[in-house]
Amino acid sequence: MKGNLLSGKKAGTFLLNNMVPIMFIVIGGIGIVFSGFSGTAIMNEMMTRLSRNSFLVISLLIPIMAGMGLNFGMTLGAMAGQIGLIFITEWGIVGIPGMVLAAIISTPISILLGWWCGKILNLAKGREMVTSYIIGFFVNGIYQLVVLFMMGSIIPIKSEILLPRGYGIRNTVNLIGIRKCLDNLIPLKIAGVSIPLATFILIALLCVFILWFKKTKLGQDMRAVGQDMEVAREAGIKVEETRIISIIISTVLAGYGMIIYLQNMGTLNTYNSHNQIGMFSAAALLVGGASVDKANIRNVFLGVILFHLMFYVAPYAGKNLIGEAQLGEYFRVFVSYGVITLALVMYEMRKKREGREKGEMLAEAQKEAK
Amino acid sequence: MDNMTPVLEVKNISKDFFGNQVLKNINFSMEKGEILGLVGENGAGKSTLMKILFGMNEIAETGGYGGSFFLDGKEAKFTSPFDALDAGIGMVHQEFSLLPDFTTTENIVLNREDRKKSSVLSDIFGNRLDTIDRKAMEKNAIEAINKLGVDLDEDMLVSQMPVGHKEFTEISRELSRVGMKLLILDEPTAVLTESEAETLLMTMKKLSRGGISIIFITHRLHEIMEVCDKILVMRDGVIVSNLDKDKTSIPEITKAMVGREVKGGEGNKEGRDIEKLPDVMKIEHLWVNMPGEIVRDFSISVKKGEILGIGGLAGQGKLGIPNGIMGLYPAGGKVTFEDKEVKLNNPDWCIKNGLAFVSEDRRGVGLLLDESLEWNVTFTAMQAQNKYLKPILGGLIKWRDQKAIEEATNKYIKELQIKCTSSKQKAKALSGGNQQKVCLAKAFALEPKLLFVSEPTRGIDVGAKALVLEALKKANKENGTTIVMVSSELEELRSICDRIAIITDGKVEGILPASSSSEEFGALMISAGKALKKETEK
Repeated sequence: MKGNLLSGKKAGTFLLNNMVPIMFIVIGGIGIVFSGFSGTAIMNEMMTRLSRNSFLVISLLIPIMAGMGLNFGMTLGAMAGQIGLIFITEWGIVGIPGMVLAAIISTPISILLGWWCGKILNLAKGREMVTSYIIGFFVNGIYQLVVLFMMGSIIPIKSEILLPRGYGIRNTVNLIGIRKCLDNLIPLKIAGVSIPLATFILIALLCVFILWFKKTKLGQDMRAVGQDMEVAREAGIKVEETRIISIIISTVLAGYGMIIYLQNMGTLNTYNSHNQIGMFSAAALLVGGASVDKANIRNVFLGVILFHLMFYVAPYAGKNLIGEAQLGEYFRVFVSYGVITLALVMYEMRKKREGREKGEMLAEAQKEAK
Repeated sequence: MDNMTPVLEVKNISKDFFGNQVLKNINFSMEKGEILGLVGENGAGKSTLMKILFGMNEIAETGGYGGSFFLDGKEAKFTSPFDALDAGIGMVHQEFSLLPDFTTTENIVLNREDRKKSSVLSDIFGNRLDTIDRKAMEKNAIEAINKLGVDLDEDMLVSQMPVGHKEFTEISRELSRVGMKLLILDEPTAVLTESEAETLLMTMKKLSRGGISIIFITHRLHEIMEVCDKILVMRDGVIVSNLDKDKTSIPEITKAMVGREVKGGEGNKEGRDIEKLPDVMKIEHLWVNMPGEIVRDFSISVKKGEILGIGGLAGQGKLGIPNGIMGLYPAGGKVTFEDKEVKLNNPDWCIKNGLAFVSEDRRGVGLLLDESLEWNVTFTAMQAQNKYLKPILGGLIKWRDQKAIEEATNKYIKELQIKCTSSKQKAKALSGGNQQKVCLAKAFALEPKLLFVSEPTRGIDVGAKALVLEALKKANKENGTTIVMVSSELEELRSICDRIAIITDGKVEGILPASSSSEEFGALMISAGKALKKETEK
């Protein structure tokens, strides 16, 4: 530390850079107090939500590394995962083998969709986020076409998940066969808090994969492409290919993440489950202190905890304070969009600030040279 | 080793961009470990020549080149810069191509990272999943840094480096390639401080002793004298002199650079007595931080109604003067215009108070390329002076006055003979000369009291040149517009200016009436060279 001024400035930048997580810690703290939940209840809920959402949020990391921002196109993977789940339910394959089979079915669909999405994003460089968001809507239409009209008519589906009219899947599909089968695979309970150990082991493996991936040649190339596509290209890195691969990996992981998410939920809302997954995952990551161009595993876990803590306690706190549980529901959607907007604005502001600081430094250097 | 074959031999290289000849019959050769200085004014063809040697796609896209060149006796046919890199040519461009969030090491070995033994996953998915070996990378990077002989932290992020270190990182990257034998440095010292430049020159000497040949492009002649073995002077696409360092001097080089028909060209002999005219602008101790064109301490008084020329060699700061006063680059000092102090770093103030600027960067600063001529001509006047606007509801809403816009644009199209299909044509569809005329029209539409023009004739054909100069003269005579014209073309300055200031190292070297002979001006620029040399010897 070189005097108070410098440390003061450092503290200032720390606050500025971590504004979002700090804000959520405060909101969460207030929420806990007013919700009247016991520590065990909150811990139990947090464990469930961590195991349910972390895998999905981690799938966002690799495109950020490749400089493509938040991949809202992860909904594509989510849809692929759901198609896998529909098939295993139809075939009546239950338990872990069912989950594995669902994952296997989702993989080629995810790869295809991811490749196609990556191709389009290469045409929309610099506008990846909004483009991937809209692609999500578009593919949702194709998903509906397949699930609502082609299943049962072209694709053979016979079990009770079919609508009575003979084609199309029911609004909700009961996933009783795989419900919590991964979470309860290795039962563990500490001080009244049940911990879905197997799921956490899987998530840990994914984290190891991400850390290892960063050290591979491909990971290094992605970081290079993420910083400056032209410089990477000049060095001979295949920029377009690298970007497509990053989206494919993200889509495939999102598919697996969705399967884990739904085995915890136990029911599939055929036409809704995937809709807001992209947005909620992105919001959770941003709450964890990530930005559009920088994110790591720590952001994932901190983000999931803080974001879902707010989700969980806000309705009850709202009810206790104002007598209105609806407030919480309103709050979670409002906050998700708000957080994404805030993160985008702060990202632009930081870029501008850095540009200005560079200019000032140049002018200073000029004065000193005189 | 066969010492007789030159590392690089260039034979009869020529290049035209769609009929516009930019290189003619270029012949030269380089020995191993030789440093070749390449000098010439902007637009002399240096960069085009380097682009050919480096196999840049731009060359092939514009119809390839004539002639051939040989590396170690073998003819080189490059289809991309990667071929050139494989053949042992490295190039450091003026613009850094470094990744800010990578360390020195990561940048040096970019895309040539060492890899550890492959894992199972890389057997399945290909070798891009090999993990990279940071220790080996670091070793290679340090090796390259040591070869360069500078003090560079291999773990530092590029974004935290001073400019000099970035330059060294780039050079280290070229050096770390296997079989590197020819290094092209394009104005590497332009962004460096004096001491950094000194270090760079020293390392260049060291590299040449180590057997690496270097082509060194710079505008700073004393640097050329310090390190080069041979000096090539280019002008208008040809090599005008091939000089031996030991047998030449800065004056000789300068003469070769600027001295087109040193005796020819009549000066402006109208002989207006500008001494009696009142001052309209006083510039005192101006400094401007324009990269590559730094103004250090510039003072002059501009007389009302005169045409003042500002000349000098490239890189000495003449371009920085108008760019600084008009607020395009950070500037300081004191400038007064008609007894008001000019607000520096504030283009809006300048335009509202009767100053206008025709930039040398036509396509970047000068024009709205995707808009019509009408917009280009009237936009600034509309924005800054509320011209061509119809007030509605007592000025509450201002409506564009389409008729006035068309009239004004057509007037300028006629006056300046802009070749276009209509006033609605897009600016980017015009040729360079006509674009320049549009820039002038835009400035005239502001009806400025004082007009800065920067390199008004750069890159345009002879006919358009004459028209542009004529238009400036006319504006000066008929509207009494004071004009400050910055140009590298001495003859042009001499033909229309009343007096000409020569800038060296960001300061006024001397002011002469335009009727003085080319030799006198040449002497000023040359003495500039001498002064610089003395400075570095100190």
